[in-house]
Amino acid sequence: MTVTAPTPPRSFQEIILRLQSYWAAQGCAVLQPYDMEVGAGTFHPATTLRSLGTKPWAAAYVQPSRRPTDGRYGENPNRLQHYYQYQVIIKPSPPNLQELYLGSLRAIGLDPALHDIRFVEDDWESPTLGAWGLGWEIWCDGMEVSQFTYFQQVGGHDCRPVSGELTYGLERLAMYVLGIDHVMTMPFNDPQSPIALTYGDIFRQTEEEYSRHNFDGADTAQLLRHFEDAEAECQRLLDFAPDDPKSGKRIIMAHPAYDQTIKASHLFNLLDARGVISVTERQAYIGRVRALAKKCADAFRLTEAGKDAEGVA
Amino acid sequence: MPDLLIELFSEEIPARMQARAREDLKALVTNGLVEAGLTYASAGVFSTPRRLTLTLDGLSSESRPVKEERKGPRADAPAAALEGFLRSTGLTLDQLERREDKKGGVTLFAVLEKPGRQAAAIIAEVLETTIRTFPWPKSMRWGSGNLRWVRPLHSILCILVDEAGATTVPLTVDGIQAANTTAGHRFLSPARFAVTSFDDYVVKLKRAHVVLDSAEREAAIWQGASNLAFAAGLELVEDRALLTEVAGLVEWPVPLMGRIGADFLHLPPEVLQTSMKEHQKFFSVRNPKTGRIEGFVTVANTETADHGATILKGNQKVLSARLSDARFFWENDLRVAKAGMGEWLDGLKAVTFHNKLGSQADRIARIASLARHIAPLVGADADVAHQAATVAKADLRSAMVGEFPELQGLMGMYYAKAAGLPDAVAHAARDHYSPLGPTDTVPTDPVSIAVALADKIDTLAGFWAIDEKPTGSKDPFALRRAALGVIRLILSNTLRLDLRALRQIADSAFPAALKSGAGNDDSLLSFFHDRLKVFLKDQGIRHDLIDACLAMPGHDDLTLLVKRAEALAAFLKTEDGPNLLAGFKRANAILSQAEAKDGVEYSYGADIKFAESPAERDLFAKLDMAEATIAPAVSREDFNEAMWAMAALRAPIDAFLDATQINTDNAILRRNRLNLLHRIRAICSGVADLTKVEG
Repeated sequence: MTVTAPTPPRSFQEIILRLQSYWAAQGCAVLQPYDMEVGAGTFHPATTLRSLGTKPWAAAYVQPSRRPTDGRYGENPNRLQHYYQYQVIIKPSPPNLQELYLGSLRAIGLDPALHDIRFVEDDWESPTLGAWGLGWEIWCDGMEVSQFTYFQQVGGHDCRPVSGELTYGLERLAMYVLGIDHVMTMPFNDPQSPIALTYGDIFRQTEEEYSRHNFDGADTAQLLRHFEDAEAECQRLLDFAPDDPKSGKRIIMAHPAYDQTIKASHLFNLLDARGVISVTERQAYIGRVRALAKKCADAFRLTEAGKDAEGVA
Repeated sequence: MPDLLIELFSEEIPARMQARAREDLKALVTNGLVEAGLTYASAGVFSTPRRLTLTLDGLSSESRPVKEERKGPRADAPAAALEGFLRSTGLTLDQLERREDKKGGVTLFAVLEKPGRQAAAIIAEVLETTIRTFPWPKSMRWGSGNLRWVRPLHSILCILVDEAGATTVPLTVDGIQAANTTAGHRFLSPARFAVTSFDDYVVKLKRAHVVLDSAEREAAIWQGASNLAFAAGLELVEDRALLTEVAGLVEWPVPLMGRIGADFLHLPPEVLQTSMKEHQKFFSVRNPKTGRIEGFVTVANTETADHGATILKGNQKVLSARLSDARFFWENDLRVAKAGMGEWLDGLKAVTFHNKLGSQADRIARIASLARHIAPLVGADADVAHQAATVAKADLRSAMVGEFPELQGLMGMYYAKAAGLPDAVAHAARDHYSPLGPTDTVPTDPVSIAVALADKIDTLAGFWAIDEKPTGSKDPFALRRAALGVIRLILSNTLRLDLRALRQIADSAFPAALKSGAGNDDSLLSFFHDRLKVFLKDQGIRHDLIDACLAMPGHDDLTLLVKRAEALAAFLKTEDGPNLLAGFKRANAILSQAEAKDGVEYSYGADIKFAESPAERDLFAKLDMAEATIAPAVSREDFNEAMWAMAALRAPIDAFLDATQINTDNAILRRNRLNLLHRIRAICSGVADLTKVEG
């Protein structure tokens, strides 16, 4: 089972590729990133929605993630407003998930025989998704390299069976494996390539542009409007009767509605970065997004992919 | 007498939950076994990050049989009654005992023998119940199962060991079948192995790189880390809580020491220590000559071929990143501080303290003005106290306190110094939150005292004004702690303050519209008195003694109050004390009865010319003497002296009461004697109201 890496990886993309082939070898469907702006890999419907219901599920994917308030104009060695997460979600959580995870570390060149790998209590909660779980942050030589969570509840629904979720912060993990001090100097492709590109070659300029956008550029009045629109649209889509007259099928638009939840969540993050949300308002906004997430979860539970198998309570 | 060994093997148990889990496991299993009729000689309980282990020595091999006797109907009872009894006991008619009763009839008895049960069956039941009802602070499900545990439970080891060897207790919980095997260290010895006894288990675990006992792991960490520091001419900074936590994170502790980069050594030691502890769970290593924190010890959970070199290098790198953040905060904060902290003070306007009590800036303004009032009463300069209160909480907006809230106050001191403010101001920033509990150090610098008092009195007056008083176990704003803080500040520094007046000044800072409930009632003063009683009880002074002193004037001056109580308590510990108290109570009882009956107070003064007996005349003389001592002593607040003077009255009072009939038929004599008793009462009440003293 152990996948031993013959050579240490040499670039950011090699680490991603090794994770992809490792988890593919463990039987995960290797998905592509979700095509919307999200704050974390968990928002991908492959995690949020698919962790509901009894249908078995195993997926792994890279998810570009945006945290507008973390913009540092490309100057901070490890803080970015746009970064990558690697996400693995398996339902039901297999009994050897810890071992599988450790195998993935070996695959990218972190050998537990040489490093100090620790499972340190860290319970996960997403107030915007109405979700929580218990697990750990995983330390490698004192550095947090992943988050390991057994989902207990998502969108207000108990997870039965429980999904096991792994989240790797790819830049940080790669910087550690590659021995890099500033993210912008990290080789993105092989440094021996004819056209060698660093992380900075690809992202320094966008970090600058988006930092300015997030903190000063974005039109807050418009963002607020769009937030309201997304909220209303989510509800409107869920209000449709399940029976579709055109196809004659029963079609609940859980995913399109959930897209609006994702949108609302990102708009809220942008508004937060623009500094126009007060401390008291914050909670109210988070509550509004959570309400949407719950409704989408309710709707998804009524669909083919999200319902319980026969004979399951 | 077999021994029992139980191990519950799971994924990593949070370190903070392990100590409690050990106690719960022991209590639940042993209580369950004892209730089911088993006994045991001794119990041991252990934990590592991946296992909870219980061992019981000398367990009885079966529960004792129980004989139960049930009385049935008379032999000549109707058939229906007899059948019912047979059905309920499960016996036949010839199995019943026939006994003659006193009336000559025959009654039927059923004698039921409940056989003893094998220990294994009882253990299986008790352990399953224990697992299913274990009181983890947070528990979870996993996979497709329904069982809840702190993290996925993987295996159960449960064996009974006697001379014949070990037998596995048959038990299956949610698909996990109990066995006689466990696993070693996750990386160093992952193989499973069988064990035959507790001793065998401990030895094999150690061979498999697991130290079972957390106390042993703590000792090894402490010893190993101290040795590393010592070898480098440095010393380890003690931290018990961290030691316990780290011991709960490792099965095979390997301390590794590293040095802090030279670029970070200028950071305040508390910042280094907190950053290393909170983020990395590192111990700090100090240079004993300079007191500077120069190194760290991290505790790895594994041994490696390179003797931890890679691990140490990684940890060092993470630490550098962390300390770079800390240095960034420190340097930015210093810039703001040197510019006078205006940016932070402005920022505090936007921070809500409580939605009814305004912003932190509002609160600071109130505290500053109150500190100005208090300053002259505690020997502080009013302007300095005002200034100190104004900047004492500025650090709440600093980046460093944002990152490490536990450094509040301390960073305030560094930043006040950086701002060029006087030492007294800097120390007040550091100390004004103190004392935080019954044993915490109490500030002694007058400016710190003024700000600390103002801070706490403002809090109390504020929450009293909006009627948010503590109730029962609910005290969300820590008002009991604030009141205790005020009490300790006053008593430790023997301050003479009128709490009622200070509360009124504090209260006047809140707008009238805000106030709900009675703004200026005495309940806050009573609250102080209640906290004082709790505090003094811990110092060995009884409730009733405080009550006796509370009945005296000036009880809003806590120092005076406690002086009285201490003198009274000391006096009651002497031989004369209880005797005087008895004499006083006897005299007072007679007087009170007469006063109630006659509807007058006998405070006219007694005249010695009506004294008949030597004892009565002697009492007059002794009262004169005592009075001459007590009154000046009381006004000097020398309550010990006053109590000693009272003690001298014990014999004359007793002699007088023994020799004299107070309620005599002679009305003049009676009145004179009652007036004399009144004098006793008055004199003996100079320090405390003795009627309130029990005993």
